[in-house]
Amino acid sequence: MNRLSADNVTLGYDQRVIAEKLSVEIPDNSFTVIVGPNACGKSTLLRALSRMLKPSEGRVLLDGQVIQSMPAKKVARTLGLLPQSSIAPDGITVGDLVGRGRYPHQGLLRQWSTEDERVVRESMASTGVAELADRYVDELSGGQRQRVWIAMALAQQTPLLLLDEPTTYLDIQHQIDVLDLCAELHEQQGRTLVAVLHDLNHAARYATHLIALRDGEVIAEGAPNDIVTAELVERVFGLRCQVIDDPETGTPLVVPAARKARAAASISAVSAASSSAVSGSAVSATEGS
Amino acid sequence: MTTRTTTGKPAPVTRSVRTPGGLSVRLDVRAFTVVVLLLVAALAASVVLIGTGDFPIPAVDVLKTLVGDGSASQEFIVNDLRLPRVLVGLLVGASLGLGGALFQSISRNPLGSPDVLGLGQGSTAGALVMIVLFSGSANQVALGALVGGLMTGLAIYLLAWKRGVHGYRLVLVGIGVSAIVTAVNGYLLTKADIVDAARAVVWMTGSLNGRDWEQVWPLLVMCAVLVPLVLGHARGLRMMEMGDDVSYALGVRVERTRLLLMLAAVLLTAGATAAAGPVGFVALTAPQLARRLTRSPGPNLVPSMCMGATLLIVADWASQRAFGADQLPVGVVTGVLGGVYLLWLLVTERKAGRI
Repeated sequence: MNRLSADNVTLGYDQRVIAEKLSVEIPDNSFTVIVGPNACGKSTLLRALSRMLKPSEGRVLLDGQVIQSMPAKKVARTLGLLPQSSIAPDGITVGDLVGRGRYPHQGLLRQWSTEDERVVRESMASTGVAELADRYVDELSGGQRQRVWIAMALAQQTPLLLLDEPTTYLDIQHQIDVLDLCAELHEQQGRTLVAVLHDLNHAARYATHLIALRDGEVIAEGAPNDIVTAELVERVFGLRCQVIDDPETGTPLVVPAARKARAAASISAVSAASSSAVSGSAVSATEGS
Repeated sequence: MTTRTTTGKPAPVTRSVRTPGGLSVRLDVRAFTVVVLLLVAALAASVVLIGTGDFPIPAVDVLKTLVGDGSASQEFIVNDLRLPRVLVGLLVGASLGLGGALFQSISRNPLGSPDVLGLGQGSTAGALVMIVLFSGSANQVALGALVGGLMTGLAIYLLAWKRGVHGYRLVLVGIGVSAIVTAVNGYLLTKADIVDAARAVVWMTGSLNGRDWEQVWPLLVMCAVLVPLVLGHARGLRMMEMGDDVSYALGVRVERTRLLLMLAAVLLTAGATAAAGPVGFVALTAPQLARRLTRSPGPNLVPSMCMGATLLIVADWASQRAFGADQLPVGVVTGVLGGVYLLWLLVTERKAGRI
């Protein structure tokens, strides 16, 4: 049995339901990536897995226990999360920020042990920010800053680490940089990583396990090589494309169809549909399939 | 929150004190020094303040009297008249400083302080109801102020609560509530007869005149309960400055901690206001000044508390001495100082491109 799973969860905010009866297993020691179109519920799922959102039905299990019933600090020692929205307090140094990741291991009379110091140093070293330790976080570039936040999450020393769109707002070079770092953490330190990513090609290249969501439903899951096909991309994103082998890694590479080809395809689909059936269903047939 | 850090400024030095048993305490050297210096300043100012008045007493004699070694007349003046006033000042200043630091940290905004949020106005409304409608005694006025402050705090929390209290929302709701309560206060004043109105205006300025042991004890009990409670949650509050999501992921029980600390901050502010009237701007300025001295990120709770106490005592001394024979209520002095400070804050924030 895997350490983290969602069992028949219904997720939503206030009255708006995002996902119903969704079940997801996060394979141990995997680098799982969740993909899907905007508003498909991928960040919501991640929030539920990290106990920030309480499912209205069903349960999220961590090590066989319902995550909401576990003590907050105990969860925080097992499962880390790097959320999209984080604020670096004014005038905080890199070392201080990374050190805050030690919070769940500390107490009123155990504020800063030698162990804390060692873990913080290692976390900064493995994310390549060690030489920035005394710099102020507000002075760093976006890419450096994201590394610092990842270092903070690492200092939490959790076997499971969840990352919500860690590459958003970064330029391409820093996106690859952060993903390489994630792959290293997964391969060398044996951590289980779960990330929400926007870029399907990044997901296909880095993930060992891919979960494709649409409208709060899992459309497909498995190794990218097994599941990423042109048909799947069209089903999940409603995008016509070709899937070829990535010349660098051999993983699936999604190449969207050219604009003219897509326009021609949708016109022919519409005319085909309208000639055979009632014209009203044509739009939903092309969009919803 | 205001001064942008620049390269070249030395990073804060922290030292850890560890015992062989695995216990460890972390100490920001600069912040610790600031606290010690502020405490020394507060105590020195207190001694000077006790010596100040129609019968001046030299500092040495004040100290002698405090340890029980003074003449009978000095003992009466110091222990019965002036010491309680100074103690009320220290406790009120510390409570306002701590309450302000809590609110500013929770709202992540230097303007999110009780003065701006309308807690002072709320207390004033409670006091005015007692003065104007019931011609109440001093104790009833204090009770009215306490209840008024608590109710305003509750109203702000409920109105600002939307799946968690957010910084800007809290400030904006507070400003709205403040405007409404100020209007109510104005209405109450127009209803008052001339004697009540004069009494109300004195109360509304904030003053330490005539405070005695009766005000000291409740304040002391309040601080003895709330300060340890607040400091016990200070580490969680530090984490919450990084946003709700991050602190939640680190195992902080965000909503519970925030509710508890806001309640403590409202109690501290309302209690201080009940004892001395709405002394303006201490809650706003003390945390910011403390922060600039310690240069330490985080809520700076203890330095803010010490800064509040020092500020109020110095302001009280100034209100008695600096303007010749005219004794001013302490609230006038803190108001002037705070106003200048607020303008300076706005100007520097604008230079830093944040407003």
